[in-house]
Amino acid sequence: MTITERDRHYVSTTLSEARVNLEIETDGMTLNLGPQHPATHGTLRIIVKLDGEQVVACEVGAGYMHRGYEKLCEVRTYPQVTTLINRIDWLSHFANEVPFILAAEQLMGIEAPPRAQYIRTIFHEMARLGNITLFLGEMGLQLGAMTATFYAFRDREHVLNLLEAVTGGRFHPNFDRIGGLKDDLPKGWVDECHAVMKKIRGFCDEMEDLVMGNEIFQVRTRGIGIIPKHIALSYGLTGANARASGVDLDLRRDDKDIAMAWKHADFKVWTHPDGDSFARYWVRLQEVRESTYIIDQLLDGLPAGPIMAKVPRIIKVPAGEAYVQTENPLGWMGFYVVSKGDLGPFRVKIRTASFNNTSVIPWVCRGLYVPDVITVLASLYFILGDIDR
Amino acid sequence: MPDVPGLGLVKGLGVTLKTMLKPAVTVQYPHVKEAPAPRARGVIALKEENCTVCMLCARSCPDWCIYIEGHKTKAPPRRAGGKPRTVQLLDRFDIDYALCMYCGICVEVCPFDALFWSPEFEYSEPRIADLLHDKDKLGEWFETVPDYVPYESGSEVKVKKVPR
Amino acid sequence: MIPVLAELAYWQQSALKVVGVLAAVLVPAGAFVQLFLFKMVSHLQSRLGPMEAGPHGSLQALAEITKFIQKEDIVPARADRFVFKMAPFIVFVTVPLIYFAVPWGPDALFSNIDAGVFYVLAVSSVSVIGVLIAGWASANKYSLMGAIRAAGQLIAYELPMVLAVVGVVIQAGTMNLQGIVVMQAEGEIFGFDAIGNPFFLTQLVGFVVFLIAMQAELTQTPFDMPVAESELVTGYMTEYSGLRFLLFFLAEFAAVGAFGAVASTLWLGGWYLPGLDIDANYMNLVGPAILFGKILFIAFLVFWVRFTYPRFREDQLQAFAWKWLIPISLVNIVATGVFKVVF
Repeated sequence: MTITERDRHYVSTTLSEARVNLEIETDGMTLNLGPQHPATHGTLRIIVKLDGEQVVACEVGAGYMHRGYEKLCEVRTYPQVTTLINRIDWLSHFANEVPFILAAEQLMGIEAPPRAQYIRTIFHEMARLGNITLFLGEMGLQLGAMTATFYAFRDREHVLNLLEAVTGGRFHPNFDRIGGLKDDLPKGWVDECHAVMKKIRGFCDEMEDLVMGNEIFQVRTRGIGIIPKHIALSYGLTGANARASGVDLDLRRDDKDIAMAWKHADFKVWTHPDGDSFARYWVRLQEVRESTYIIDQLLDGLPAGPIMAKVPRIIKVPAGEAYVQTENPLGWMGFYVVSKGDLGPFRVKIRTASFNNTSVIPWVCRGLYVPDVITVLASLYFILGDIDR
Repeated sequence: MPDVPGLGLVKGLGVTLKTMLKPAVTVQYPHVKEAPAPRARGVIALKEENCTVCMLCARSCPDWCIYIEGHKTKAPPRRAGGKPRTVQLLDRFDIDYALCMYCGICVEVCPFDALFWSPEFEYSEPRIADLLHDKDKLGEWFETVPDYVPYESGSEVKVKKVPR
Repeated sequence: MIPVLAELAYWQQSALKVVGVLAAVLVPAGAFVQLFLFKMVSHLQSRLGPMEAGPHGSLQALAEITKFIQKEDIVPARADRFVFKMAPFIVFVTVPLIYFAVPWGPDALFSNIDAGVFYVLAVSSVSVIGVLIAGWASANKYSLMGAIRAAGQLIAYELPMVLAVVGVVIQAGTMNLQGIVVMQAEGEIFGFDAIGNPFFLTQLVGFVVFLIAMQAELTQTPFDMPVAESELVTGYMTEYSGLRFLLFFLAEFAAVGAFGAVASTLWLGGWYLPGLDIDANYMNLVGPAILFGKILFIAFLVFWVRFTYPRFREDQLQAFAWKWLIPISLVNIVATGVFKVVF
């Protein structure tokens, strides 16, 4: 099925103006999808009011996984905070540390040496690989093709092994430091990394054959959950969700001042005009391939040099406020750090991608069937730790 | 995108058939064990002679899982005819692995090279209380600490040596 | 051996037949669970599957069955008790009934029903009732949704199944399953009779339609909306545990074997392999083995497709049956009729 101009016009005008009145009592059934449910990635509660199998109204109940990160950060020093924030979006491990460290470096007025910036960017892209390859397999699982998930886990192991060889941790690297990185790369890592990038590209081809090219998958995702461009912008969708609705927004290319090495790599930003679930899958698949090319380019251009700038032993960040956001795998993640000159931050506000991405669920789920709700949830791809912090 | 209707379905079947005919990737732990990377964060080892009870590790642990007690004593002077030196010796150095989150801040901040990472990970216990490793056990882990690996070309960091 | 069995009284013969058909049901079910559900799917997914129970995990099915038997019998508080307990038996009893009609050798049959095809198709629809009442009696919204989806799907896919089989019946000229096997064994293709005339060559369209309809009747992916794991947990089977769940589970896998036996008999030539003597006495022992091999092949196809494809949505599923499968099988019937008269 193809998305015609008429479909897009209908969705963006009629459907977006419709109001949903939750007080109207119909004879429908109220179904609780979660918090314990195989379809939601964690403890997310979605309350749908059904009429037969169609959704009349929908509400999202988040907060079952709130761990109090912002409060925890107030009573920790900067190295300790770095350890904790690994765990906000646990699948894109390293990418969580980056905006916080960059904000602290901005307050201190220092910049990491070029080699550190390159390696930071390489790990950020590897976090994207680790995260999105899981999505590519797991969206198949939500739709019934469980084999794809196993392939995703099998090929993701290579990325995790690379990470373990450098940082010592597969899931929580805890590697970024104010002023640079903790340690340098071990011998032979660059060649191994090139080999793994080839494997990931092979995995993308496999997913294209197994999942994306599958007619049943296409019939289940094309035209389902269309989010038009102005809705995506007004709800604050970022990352692949926005790009799949035609919004050409990518902080890696647009933010010229950030102290990372994306400006040294030549890459394409993938967008898709349709805004349906298939588009979201397609954009993420292309992004994984693009990430492997970025990593290859950065590895080839890795400059020699120190890995850490000159910073004092005990770091006291001068007073001030800084906000840095980066293009994380799930979307934009930003850290607003307020410092009063202590060993630790005074207040940290975390802007996470999944929180805004899930705010569009009530809008998008009206009029869908229950299986389509599952498809839309899977394609929006949120991590509970990211929503609830 | 397949042009022939049904081609995508056939390709999908081909992918699964190909995978079925290749050997499985499973490593059958515990019959077969894979060696983790040398830098893997498995357990923390202690070299008691280097520890000066400065308490930096216990203070910087995010979970406060290191318990240290020490006492001051006089050691013989370095040269003949000098003053006796005051040194601190460890009475108790426990790491509670039930709390430890394997972040590595203690190993990093130690100024005297007394803490090291070891890739050993098979130390699970039936009782949680047994996960409190005292300083003798931590000293035993020191045997398993591997040497630091050499760095990639272009690096300016010097390879440290593990004081055996 | 067979003349000896004919000397027994009728009640003794019936008792033996009941035991035999139960064995015929449980052995393939257990074999499929072990081979396909544990080992084949594991290798499809690039992993090893169960390896600890027995050498290479070969006793895992036995371990699972024992585990289910010794579980606590839980009936939900608000469930309709009698109906809840009756549902698994209704679903399970249709499977031996199908096996009764399938011939395993020239004399090795449980019964030689003249309208065998008609009987098999009629009896296979009884399980729909079992599924419906399982979902309704569970007093669980998810089960109810699963049961209603199942009822619609199973009834919708009965039709393509029946229509596909009609093509075979026209070509064979008989509804007797043993007669169909004999027709395939002794037929010839344009005068070439070395391999007989297995109907999957001429009735390929019907064969494919039957396989697809069979996949839907067994509620396997891509038609497993009633049991859609990521949405409805296990659909109509959610509230069942222990022995009752084991009955549902075994019924599902035994049904794969039953429908596979019917498909092998109708299209692949049944218990006969070209080159063997159709009337010999040893065929009573070799025939079942050959038929079992063909059932394994069909079951392999079923599970291969099951673990590769995502699932259809309920309305897409119905549209596929009504808009595509039924017209195609109707065209097949017309073409078969025309060819039968002309040639």
